[in-house]
Amino acid sequence: MRPVIQMEDLKKRYQIGDQEIQALRGVSLSIETGDFVAIMGPSGSGKSSMMNVIGCLDKPTSGEFYLDGYPVSQAHDDELAEIRNQKIGFVFQNFNLLPRTTAVENVELPLLYAGTPAKERRERAIQALLDVGLGERLNNKPNELSGGQQQRVSIARALVNDPVILLADEPTGALDTKTSVEIMGIFQQLNNAGKTVILVTHEPDIAEYAKRIVRFRDGQIVSNEIVEERRRVLLEEVIT
Amino acid sequence: MSFLESLRVSFRSIKANGLRSVLTMLGIIIGVAAVIAMVAIGEGTSASVANQINGLGSNLLIVSPGQATQGRVSLGAGSLNTLTLADAEKIAESEAVSGVAPSVNGRAQIVFGSNNYSTMLEGTTESFPDVRNVQVADGRFFSNFEVRKQMNVAVVGTEVVNNLFTGSSPIGQTIQINRIPFSIIGVLKSQGSSGMTNNDDRILIPVTTAMSRLTGGKNVGTIYVSAASANDMEKAQQDTRNALRSQHSLRPNEADDFRITSQSDILSTAQEVSSSMTTLLSGIAAISLIVGGIGVMNIMLVSVTERTREIGIRKAIGAKKRDIMRQFLIEAVTLSLIGGVVGILLGIGAALGVSKLGGMATAITISPILYAFLTSTIVGVVFGVYPARKAAQLKPIDALRYE
Ligand SMILES: Nc1ncnc2c1ncn2[C@@H]1O[C@H](COP(=O)(O)OP(=O)(O)O)[C@@H](O)[C@H]1O
Ligand SMILES: [Mg+2]
Repeated sequence: MRPVIQMEDLKKRYQIGDQEIQALRGVSLSIETGDFVAIMGPSGSGKSSMMNVIGCLDKPTSGEFYLDGYPVSQAHDDELAEIRNQKIGFVFQNFNLLPRTTAVENVELPLLYAGTPAKERRERAIQALLDVGLGERLNNKPNELSGGQQQRVSIARALVNDPVILLADEPTGALDTKTSVEIMGIFQQLNNAGKTVILVTHEPDIAEYAKRIVRFRDGQIVSNEIVEERRRVLLEEVIT
Repeated sequence: MSFLESLRVSFRSIKANGLRSVLTMLGIIIGVAAVIAMVAIGEGTSASVANQINGLGSNLLIVSPGQATQGRVSLGAGSLNTLTLADAEKIAESEAVSGVAPSVNGRAQIVFGSNNYSTMLEGTTESFPDVRNVQVADGRFFSNFEVRKQMNVAVVGTEVVNNLFTGSSPIGQTIQINRIPFSIIGVLKSQGSSGMTNNDDRILIPVTTAMSRLTGGKNVGTIYVSAASANDMEKAQQDTRNALRSQHSLRPNEADDFRITSQSDILSTAQEVSSSMTTLLSGIAAISLIVGGIGVMNIMLVSVTERTREIGIRKAIGAKKRDIMRQFLIEAVTLSLIGGVVGILLGIGAALGVSKLGGMATAITISPILYAFLTSTIVGVVFGVYPARKAAQLKPIDALRYE
């Protein structure tokens, strides 16, 4: 199987004034299609920086990065926008939904920028919301939804373009335990259906829903191991 | 993303931010409304002035007495009593002249039964209706015979009729003018007011009667001369001047003791005045439109900052630079355009209101409307580009981290 993510000696430096921050200090990682990876590590260890590079939201300072075989390091802004649109679904800790905009309109957004016709856009957005169990909340605005429901909307938005990879940076960080488990159930289902999932978490029991755990410290990978006793969310738990 | 989709996204965002959108438009609305109303008032004034001047009569020359000087101080036009009825007859001899109406003016107290009324009295001749473009609505004007015989006949304006007679026809009635009885033979057609003077509030009697019984003296105040045609104006003016100089026995080195003003002189002076007024008014209005445009930019910039996160989200899920640029630019232009349309309607409404309530003449023409429409579009583009570029240049990761 061809790796969907392949990075060699990836470095990311931030410059704040005359202070230089090494967020990633040479990361090499390869992730196969269909994998479910949890990235862990203390705060400030570079997890989000890593996710932003994988998600093409940010360019690495140096190193090679191939996404689905495509050399992202050399791409310019508009190409990156297209990759984000076509190949990546991003789920954020704080949901990042457009305010004053209904669930279905939020989910339609990626299709809007992909140039999908209006009718097909609406159909696919509704289907994506049905898939995450939000069929009855299509026309609610984010402020009319609970945290868990908002996160489902944002998962639906991440999925609607059928991306090759689903990225989630602390998707359960703002949710209670029960809702977190439900969200993890959705990720597991998606992964079972073949979707590659990468998520960042600092909660060990959340990480155990993944197939593999990669640990970061000071901008470097310190371990990369398969989860032996993998937790599974029972299907009944997800549906309710 | 297609242009149509961009348009929809922009519209939705304008709707979603209702109050701010209205505030953004306010500057443009006021600016455009000011332009439309100001230009309408300016054009209306100039049209009504031109109308009034044309209403004076056709191909009219106005002869007034010269200025007396005391030492080197001019006492102003009309301060000399130099014009006479004989002058008028002499002027009438020119073939370029079709009519001459000498005139004396004063105020008069009029009594009919128990009603008492003060109005303008003008003594003139039978040529007056033709020369001054005045029509008789009821009855008739006085004749050459009545002028020669100094008869006590009067033609009255409608305002006088309204004030003295209640409903009944004034024709054939006898009124007292300064205690002298006159019989009314005609009523003038209503002309409305021009500027400060109400043309319907006057009474006309033969000039001879006026001079001998009311004003006294042998001089007339003004001689109205009408040229036979527009082409004859210059010759009529020359002939009038020659006639008066010979009448007054002026030697070649002596200056005229009278003044001849032609209607076109008055018209062009008035038009100069009103066109500079229009320019001034529209200049002020245009400045307020620019201020409105800066308002749009200001609020669009605030809007970009306030919506940094939204821009970040849109970019994160695939919006390209040009998508964001287009969205914000369309928003700015749409706001300006809606503001422009509302402003145009408001300006037209204001112009109509001013003419209805303030009695001011206004003329709504198409060109300032097109101009306002075009300007508000340009304002939208010009003042929208900078904020839109700023939005488009944002890095997705920075926009998402923005709190
Ligand atoms: N956009 C940025 N500008 C400057 N410094 C940043 C930026 N993003 C992250 N950093 C810094 O890089 C380091 C790694 O941050 P991050 O990748 O967010 O870590 P984590 O997600 O593991 O907490 C931290 O020291 C953080 O302050
Ligand atoms: Mg983080």
